[in-house]
Amino acid sequence: MDFTQIVNAFPSLGDGLLLTLELTVLAVIGGVVIGTLLALARLSNSRVLSWLAGFYVNYFRSIPLLLVITWFYFVVPFMVGWVTGTNQPIGAFTSCLIAFMMFEAAYFCEIVRAGIQSISKGQVNAAYALGMTYGQAMRLVVLPLAFRKMTPLLLQQSIILFQDTSLVYAVGLMDFLNVARSQGDITGELHTFLLFAGLVYFVISFGASTLVKRLQKRLTV
Amino acid sequence: MISIQNVSKWYGDFQVLSDCSTEVQKGEVVVVCGPSGSGKSTLIKCVNGLEPFQAGTIVVDGTSVGSPKTDLPKLRSRVGMVFQHFELFPHLSITENLTLAQRKVLGRKDDEARRKGLALLDRVGLSAHAAKFPGQLSGGQQQRVAIARALAMDPIAMLFDEPTSALDPEMINEVLDVMVELAREGMTMMVVTHEMGFARKVANRVIFMDRGAIVEDADKDEFFGSPRSERAQAFLSKILSH
Repeated sequence: MDFTQIVNAFPSLGDGLLLTLELTVLAVIGGVVIGTLLALARLSNSRVLSWLAGFYVNYFRSIPLLLVITWFYFVVPFMVGWVTGTNQPIGAFTSCLIAFMMFEAAYFCEIVRAGIQSISKGQVNAAYALGMTYGQAMRLVVLPLAFRKMTPLLLQQSIILFQDTSLVYAVGLMDFLNVARSQGDITGELHTFLLFAGLVYFVISFGASTLVKRLQKRLTV
Repeated sequence: MISIQNVSKWYGDFQVLSDCSTEVQKGEVVVVCGPSGSGKSTLIKCVNGLEPFQAGTIVVDGTSVGSPKTDLPKLRSRVGMVFQHFELFPHLSITENLTLAQRKVLGRKDDEARRKGLALLDRVGLSAHAAKFPGQLSGGQQQRVAIARALAMDPIAMLFDEPTSALDPEMINEVLDVMVELAREGMTMMVVTHEMGFARKVANRVIFMDRGAIVEDADKDEFFGSPRSERAQAFLSKILSH
């Protein structure tokens, strides 16, 4: 094993890791926002809205992520072109980001929904009794409380998302794993590079998940 | 001030309120009592529209609660409510609990809401706890904050839904003292409670409910002196025998 090759490849590995992290963070933010809206729709009194959101969630939870990524790679440029009226090509990063946001939103929706349902009727009634509208009660009381309870679960799901971003190799995006693999191919040290990549994924995921467990303990006290 | 006429409510086939009618005049204190499951909490929650009802009308200060045209949030902002389990917002400090609805619902300025909230906190004897969070207070203290939170909205009437039922015995009086003071100041109050001492002290009228119906609606002296219905007599003899 030749570790000097890895050191030499640090700049491109760094770029790859940056892309992976960027994708993770943006996908989590977008996924949580869409997921929260989906959760509110699922819990709404409107049957149509609730059914549509339920269908969305069940649909995306029933198909492989890899399929969504490749699909969106081909479909999203058409969609964007159709919406904006121009024929601008959009990059693999944007199509992957949208794919992750929409796919993960289905999972985040279920976490947020459980969080909202865990808030007692009494709290909601107290907000209403003070004259708050549905929107105010959600925004000022229910969601802040729900997110507090859900934080560990949301972070755990984000760690899974972090690992799943490696699937972007399917559309040729140079994320951390893809960079590591191509550098391994170029230098003929594929094993070393893959072992190194595994170590990095492990350290980040395990580190984050340890932090989450600690946070969980603090939140439950 | 509050007029309840022929109100009925069902959960599916089960009737929780049947043909309830009563009035609460301005400045009057009305205590609602009765065995658990008799519908008293449900009735009081109908008054500010937290519970819908299927028949009858409730009019609060000229506004019909059941009408689909009524702006319920606006109506509720004018009627204070205190709950059995306090329901302070645990993620907010005591001061924030007192000011949130003043700012967001009534649109008061920060410092005005703060001044009002802290003055009321002082009135319930808890100014020292302004910066704390609800979890750091005892049940009795939390309930006093909850009363102050409701009063901060300058309500035209106050609804109390078993305000002392979840409290340890030694904390009940500190909450009742605040309520007695409020009643003596002329606040219009509808109070669901088992505290007959409170009823004797400040109530104008006592309503006795059983199985979803108002069985007795009488002046305090008449109610405690010579209740007409057998069920009220039995209830009174049970809870007053010790």
